[in-house]
Amino acid sequence: MAPNTMTDPTRRTRAGRVRPPAAASLPTRRPMRRSDAGWALLLVGPATVGLSLFYLWPALETFYESFTTSGPFGGHTWSGLHNYATLLHDTELRGALLNTVWYTLFGLLGVPVSLVLATLLAKPGRRFVAGYRVLMFLPAVTMPAAIAIVWKWLYHHDYGLINLGLGKLGVQGPYWVSDPHTALIAVAIVGMWAGIGYGVIIMMAGLEGIPPHYYEAAKMDGAGPLRRFFSITIPLMSPTIFFMTVLSVIASLQTFDLIYVLIGSSNPSLPQTRTVLYLFYEHAFTQNDRGYGSAIAFSLVVLVIAVTAVQFKLQKRWVHYE
Amino acid sequence: MNLARNARSLAAAAAVTALTTAALAGCAGGGTGTGTTTASSSAPAAAAPQVTISYGLWDPNQEAAMKQIAAAFESANPNIHVDVQVTPGQQFFTKLQTSMAAGNAPDVFWMSPVIFQMYASNGALKSLDDLGLDTSSYPSQLVKGCQAGGKLYGVPKDFDTIGVWYNKSLFDAAGVAYPAADWTWSDFQTAAAKLTDKSKGVYGTAAELNGQDTYYDTIFQAGGEVLTADNKSGFGEPQTIAGLKFWTDLIANGSSPSLQQMNDTTPLDMFQTGKVAMLWSGSWNVKALAASPVADHIDVAPLPRGEKAATVINGLCNVEAASTKHPAEVKAFLQFLGSKQANEIEGKTGTVIPAFNGTQSDWVAAYPNYHVQAYIDQVPVGVPMPVSKNSYAWMQTEGTTLAGAWTGQMPVAAAAAAVEKSTNDALAKEQG
Repeated sequence: MAPNTMTDPTRRTRAGRVRPPAAASLPTRRPMRRSDAGWALLLVGPATVGLSLFYLWPALETFYESFTTSGPFGGHTWSGLHNYATLLHDTELRGALLNTVWYTLFGLLGVPVSLVLATLLAKPGRRFVAGYRVLMFLPAVTMPAAIAIVWKWLYHHDYGLINLGLGKLGVQGPYWVSDPHTALIAVAIVGMWAGIGYGVIIMMAGLEGIPPHYYEAAKMDGAGPLRRFFSITIPLMSPTIFFMTVLSVIASLQTFDLIYVLIGSSNPSLPQTRTVLYLFYEHAFTQNDRGYGSAIAFSLVVLVIAVTAVQFKLQKRWVHYE
Repeated sequence: MNLARNARSLAAAAAVTALTTAALAGCAGGGTGTGTTTASSSAPAAAAPQVTISYGLWDPNQEAAMKQIAAAFESANPNIHVDVQVTPGQQFFTKLQTSMAAGNAPDVFWMSPVIFQMYASNGALKSLDDLGLDTSSYPSQLVKGCQAGGKLYGVPKDFDTIGVWYNKSLFDAAGVAYPAADWTWSDFQTAAAKLTDKSKGVYGTAAELNGQDTYYDTIFQAGGEVLTADNKSGFGEPQTIAGLKFWTDLIANGSSPSLQQMNDTTPLDMFQTGKVAMLWSGSWNVKALAASPVADHIDVAPLPRGEKAATVINGLCNVEAASTKHPAEVKAFLQFLGSKQANEIEGKTGTVIPAFNGTQSDWVAAYPNYHVQAYIDQVPVGVPMPVSKNSYAWMQTEGTTLAGAWTGQMPVAAAAAAVEKSTNDALAKEQG
């Protein structure tokens, strides 16, 4: 799902920026024949129908239900803005929003980490790169629930590997996921870790697009590896970095499975770790208040759109398109 | 003209697709046709058409017994097949509700009192008044638990109470006498302190944050209430707070692991590995405990008494989905589920305490090595599980709030006051 939604915006921006002069040559291209349009329709048809049925329709339904008070089995009555008015005074939601923001900030740390890892891997002459790539990408193809269960064991106070290691250093490790002071960081680390593999692959693809002669020229002028990284890699990678940033923020804002499995409903640190999406789940599916749940879900959608829009505005200041 | 050509090519494409689909359908149809013929020719005796009804439940430990009951029913009703569907734990209700809204819920399923009223009052269940059930065959408390608005919506399935399991080896090692039938809170607290051995990582008991298994029982023993008679929260009552303090004190003085520890390793696991000497546990866990590594040196005693003796008593019902397409077959199955025969299977396999009067002794007899009679003996002091129309709405907040008291971050009285408020808010919402 992620690659689909995300490659498009960057491409569009890149095309728009890179070759405005080229646009002039467009009319000389062979005009699209009408029968091509028919085939195009036929080809996009199944995807369009699928997306409308399984994404668009439920989204509209959710939007409608957010203005209703719903019964547990599907009946609902119109209640206008009542759910949204309740949202404003919901202290649990405020806590969940704050937690979500923290996850997002922590998640962003994964972007520089994956850039550095990708740069190290892309070094010419490095062996077993394909092997590293596979290892790095494994978390991305593993189910989040499975990841969470494995980490739950790593974080175990008495039998976990992390505390075992700390114990060897003479440090008594905390109750990682049930101590309110460490739980949020513990969850954020897993989220970041799970996202790095994907980031490294994207970054490596981006690095391959940088012409090697830039580095050769800089080397000849006496630039060291750090200087080359900051003066060539980062500016030329900025479109990819931007793309990863947008992706990471959207993924972090929707954190749910990690909380559900790693924290769970009877955990004393739940209020300090609960995300907006988890709160939505509690209201809609445990407390049977789907109207209010829908209002929470829709507020999250608005938040995701707003944050992404701000990122697109800000990118003009720091993203370079060759 | 363009449009025409466009339409023609589309039509051609559509025709190709339609042909392919038709071809596939033809194959499939042919396949099934042959299958049916073979089946009916090999079993010409079955006159009535085969009907499959689904039976939804949430406890994997009971799956074997439920399948045995289904098989017994099928052998008496060869034209009905019962499909037993297990969805573990809390997911069961989430899934049930979604499938209910979508109109494809199981035909028959287990119902917990915790959500019974919500289902009954929303027309999700079929009234069973015409089932011809002899309600005098079951304890009246259980029948009441399957009724709403004066109508019967469920067939009593089983019931459970809470008992204290103890590890005899740990008692012997600490030189503590085994629990007596009439023991008290202070006996329990003293034993828990003596049994605790920090150097070996052994705790006297585990103050699990669980209403039914632990703190609801002590609230009732202290003379408090979870919900009052007029459907308000009872967490403002000093007796209720005393029932909560029973557990927070055990954590504070080190007789119980902390909530954080119990979150990493469940109390049941700790008991089964000999790290906890006394565990409050429901009768539905007996089967699992009897198969655990500590099985040969454990036993069970009734709960200790506080101001009075009490335990939560909770019963399950088998109910019929209002949406069922096979009411006649479901009726036959429900009648069988309520029968002595089905209850005997529940009892003899040691699965749960059956509801049918007189079959409880089968369950007791299934565990000759343990004093499980303690569960049955407590029935007279049993207090029904506190429930309302949408119980989960307040129970969930109650658990999250009490976690603050369990970790010691929040005074018990303050946490109780917060629960009182959130519960009353949720209960008020049920009315509106």
